[in-house]
Amino acid sequence: MADDKNMAQAYWQANLRLIAGCLVVWALASYGFGILLRPLLAGISVGGTDLGFWFAQQGSILTFIALIFFYAWKMNQLDNKFGVHEE
Amino acid sequence: MSQFAINLIFVGASFALYIGIAIWARAGSTKDFYVAGGGVHPVMNGMATAADWMSAASFISMAGLIAAGGYANSTFLMGWTGGYVLLAMLLAPYLRKFGKFTVPDFIGDRFYSSGARLVAVACLIIASVTYVIGQMTGAGVAFSRFLEVDSNTGLMIAAVVVFLYAVLGGMKGITYTQVAQYVVLIIAYTIPAVFISLQLTGNPIPALGLFSTHTESGLPLLAKLDMVVRELGFTDYTADVSNKLNMVLFTLSLMIGTAGLPHVIIRFFTVPKVADARWSAGWALVFIALLYLTAPAVASMARLNLLNTIYPAGPTADAIKYEERPNWVQTWEQTGLIKFEDKNGDGRIQLYKESPSFAATAEARGWKGNELTVNNDILVLANPEIANLPGWVVGLIAAGGLAAALSTAAGLLLAISSAVSHDLIKGSINPQISEKKELLAARISMAVAIVVATYLGMNPPGFAAQVVALAFGIAAASIFPALMMGIFSKRINNKGVIAGMLSGLGSTLVYIFMYLGWFFIPGTNSLPNTPDNWLLGISPLSFGAIGALINFAVAFAVSAVTEEPPEGIQDLVESVRYPRGAGTAVDH
Repeated sequence: MADDKNMAQAYWQANLRLIAGCLVVWALASYGFGILLRPLLAGISVGGTDLGFWFAQQGSILTFIALIFFYAWKMNQLDNKFGVHEE
Repeated sequence: MSQFAINLIFVGASFALYIGIAIWARAGSTKDFYVAGGGVHPVMNGMATAADWMSAASFISMAGLIAAGGYANSTFLMGWTGGYVLLAMLLAPYLRKFGKFTVPDFIGDRFYSSGARLVAVACLIIASVTYVIGQMTGAGVAFSRFLEVDSNTGLMIAAVVVFLYAVLGGMKGITYTQVAQYVVLIIAYTIPAVFISLQLTGNPIPALGLFSTHTESGLPLLAKLDMVVRELGFTDYTADVSNKLNMVLFTLSLMIGTAGLPHVIIRFFTVPKVADARWSAGWALVFIALLYLTAPAVASMARLNLLNTIYPAGPTADAIKYEERPNWVQTWEQTGLIKFEDKNGDGRIQLYKESPSFAATAEARGWKGNELTVNNDILVLANPEIANLPGWVVGLIAAGGLAAALSTAAGLLLAISSAVSHDLIKGSINPQISEKKELLAARISMAVAIVVATYLGMNPPGFAAQVVALAFGIAAASIFPALMMGIFSKRINNKGVIAGMLSGLGSTLVYIFMYLGWFFIPGTNSLPNTPDNWLLGISPLSFGAIGALINFAVAFAVSAVTEEPPEGIQDLVESVRYPRGAGTAVDH
């Protein structure tokens, strides 16, 4: 029982770490590259404008999709590893 | 065949399809009605979620907003997609594990309080009703323009169709019609975009065409567009913005608001497993992205096409004569969405930006003011005509716009009716109600909600334009933080969450009312709604994120000085965190 509880705790901690990592990338792609850091990326040109513009209009969306699928895939692994997956 | 007949065939055929689905997918139980039986495949749920989420605002208005604002309005693209990351990681899987039918269900149980449940019901109803008004008016516009009926008649037709599949089928009927509506709307959005991208850049994929070379000038498309708008006194299309704080907060408010909108959240109650809820959020965003990656291309290309139409020989040469204006300008003039006034009496249409820095140029060219006002909403609808595409493409756009408006309206109506029948009637007033009676109550509340929405669509309140801000503000400031704290903290108790929701909601409403008028009554605003008067340059539309912060802070503070939640509640929080043991969504 104590083991079960420890496993469950460890699973939740692993989930929180994974979410934190994903949200850093989430914020970096949109608020970072797309908005605040755009002046820093001004030197990298993409089709008549700069990389920051691309991130704001398309890059952030593509990053979001990759993040969700990565999270879903990784969580399936964690579910199995910690034995909390659905039967 | 006349354009009217073509439009009629496209719209009629799509409506016949929706009604056919309604008859096939009738709801037999409350579980069918609230969560489509709980067995929807994650990819199919993703597609239905995409249609549920993409409203008349996404389909009709968004590209026009981006066309007008350029880079500055990228906020809509990031804000309306980034919320799915929050949904997938912070809400959907755990709420699916909790396994009840509605959003207030979770708030009421987790915070062991019928007060919290009622606050959640109130927030849900205000957010959803304001949102549904926009859908009904959007459907009315599409009807009146494409089917040449009075927009009230158009609204009635739309209401009857929604009534058929939503009241009969509940979530089950809505799910399958939303899948069909997604297919209709994505085809309708993509085909004209492909043609226009081919015409302008030779690239058949609009999302790539946006960053390709403009065939005619040999310049990159965006560089060409920047050049043209600059000649007419507008800010560069790709120009950076100075108020980054507001841009960040507005984007954040849209993201949090997206994740907190109940009609989106309940879609994830329909999948069989917790893991499916995570995958399904990913698929939803894939289907949404098919439109959202195309939208910025449509925006820039439509803006360039529009300016080329007005200045056929380039922005530095003479504008087009009013007598020689193309047909689409004439048809849209009749709707009042395009207006022309020959201020300098030269018989030509001068479209430019009036500003002090451009005044000298305008005077030198003999211009006495901007003469053409174009409503943002027509860009997508008029796109096929601007690009001279065949009549069937116009018919397709009509069916697509209606699909976008109706699919979202149906999702919102279901969220409203389930809150009334499940949370209000069964949850608070009469817990002993039998399943059969609850199903009947759900159908009656759905019917009433449709009548109210149709009435409000025909007589939109004066604040119709601000309702989207209100809906997102409420969802961001009240619902999202309550759900997130319910899952991620065991310490937040009933008192904390009620205080948090009320202060988040209250502060957001006060800030919006201060600038937009108290209860949106024109002229009652306390301060003029201009950037100089905004607190730290934060626009009322961006305040939802601040409201959410206030909600979190108050809830933590109040919970910290009051008692811990009972042990049973802490066990409940524990159980939603682990996927094992999730059945399909169940009744009480």
